[in-house]
Amino acid sequence: MKAAQGVGMNFSIGVGRVALLACEVIRSIFSVRLDLSELLKQVHFIGVRSVFVVLTTGASTGMVFCAQTLYQLHKVKMDSAALSVVGIAMTGDLGPVLAGLMVAGRVGAGITAELGTMRVTEQIDAMRTMSTHPIDYLVVPRFIATVLAMPLLTVLASVVGIFAAYILLGSVLGVDQASSLKHMYYYTDTGDVLMGLIKAFVFGALISLISCYRGLNCDKGAEGVGKATNEAVVQSCISILVSNFFLTLLLRPILKSF
Amino acid sequence: MIEVKNLCKSFGSNLVLNQVGFEVDEGESIAIIGRSGTGKSVLIKHLIGLIAPDSGQVKVDGQNLVGMSERELLLIRQKFGMLFQGAALFDSLNVAENIAFPLRRTGCSDESDIERRVDEVLNLVELSGTNLKMPSELSGGMQKRVGLARAIVHRPQIILYDEPTTGLDPIVSDSIDQLMMRVRDKYHITSIVVTHDMRCARRLGQRIIYLREGQVYLDASAEEVFNSEDELVGKFIRGEADLKEVEF
Repeated sequence: MKAAQGVGMNFSIGVGRVALLACEVIRSIFSVRLDLSELLKQVHFIGVRSVFVVLTTGASTGMVFCAQTLYQLHKVKMDSAALSVVGIAMTGDLGPVLAGLMVAGRVGAGITAELGTMRVTEQIDAMRTMSTHPIDYLVVPRFIATVLAMPLLTVLASVVGIFAAYILLGSVLGVDQASSLKHMYYYTDTGDVLMGLIKAFVFGALISLISCYRGLNCDKGAEGVGKATNEAVVQSCISILVSNFFLTLLLRPILKSF
Repeated sequence: MIEVKNLCKSFGSNLVLNQVGFEVDEGESIAIIGRSGTGKSVLIKHLIGLIAPDSGQVKVDGQNLVGMSERELLLIRQKFGMLFQGAALFDSLNVAENIAFPLRRTGCSDESDIERRVDEVLNLVELSGTNLKMPSELSGGMQKRVGLARAIVHRPQIILYDEPTTGLDPIVSDSIDQLMMRVRDKYHITSIVVTHDMRCARRLGQRIIYLREGQVYLDASAEEVFNSEDELVGKFIRGEADLKEVEF
């Protein structure tokens, strides 16, 4: 019982501290001049260099999901609906979640390891002595780059997943591509796409805030950096999966009219 | 210029600083000495607001740093330069970018002026021509010199040195000592050095504060400290160990 209370307390403290970091980041965005060169560097690292892994994951998932769906729908003679299912799933859920998990693994770990190493080698203290707030110089560019890159990566993952499924249907599984495409256009709403983009934005914010928080507060030494990096990836992934569920419940009724 | 009163700091149950107090006047050069683990680095970090004390006061030009927010402290820190034990150069920036960092972050946007000042301080630390090298390409001594150049490029009023010669061979340590004296004499900067290198303390410190068990054990002129007849001070200066006292 005491252990459960301790875990609950640590969780609450962690959430509170990440929320305080978010407030400080928002305050900094509106009050401190952004370092554009640092932002561009982060956009390249977080966005451009994540393209390959996100494309591969999107294409692979799109094809596997399409094949599995087709095998089930074939039993009720609804082969041409497979692409519609893939379209709805990729735009509203799978696209943002897969892109989020990949970015959390690649970028989240990188951010935490970099900031953690800067902390243990006193580079962050040195920055503070030079009248520079670490949140302004280190966290804000990473936050903005991640929340900008995530929706774009999500669009890429979704489009490539759907395209890969479309090619698979016509060239390997022998399903009529034209009617599949027509059904997909009919059943996939703007609301699904909007929901995916909103989720991607939220996931980007969660990944950057959790990773930066872990990096800035890691324990001393190589062990501390390793532990912080591990925690950042695990907590980012869990927060993506949990928030995805609540965002779906919250956004579905709001975006129904689109 | 700097006034420290009744400063206390604990980490968990370990009391590191216990009622520490002293004053530093403008232009003074002070060495803080003491055995490893006596709180020298913790003390120097209090002077610039990198660590908040449990109780006590740290005043810089009459302004108490205790209780200030990080953003208020950023303004006070414009008066300071600091050389860290491991130099703490940003490993993603080259030498020139490292040195220019405090200038760019305090609003200097004239690139030709930045370049001129970077070259000037690099010349002062005898590292001209290394502008484009990355920190990983430099030796430990060169990194310390770049760290020193970065600490003085914005012409601070006070400079803090945290173990500037630790981990360096005697020849390189001597060159760092000479550079610190050159900086002190050329710019008339108030200097505070934390060290357990007695040669460094003797050369740089006009006044010496000996910390023992988290308290100021002796605060006197360099001459008085080095000629002290106090057994503990004498043993520390001569580096004589009493095995019963040493914690391995």
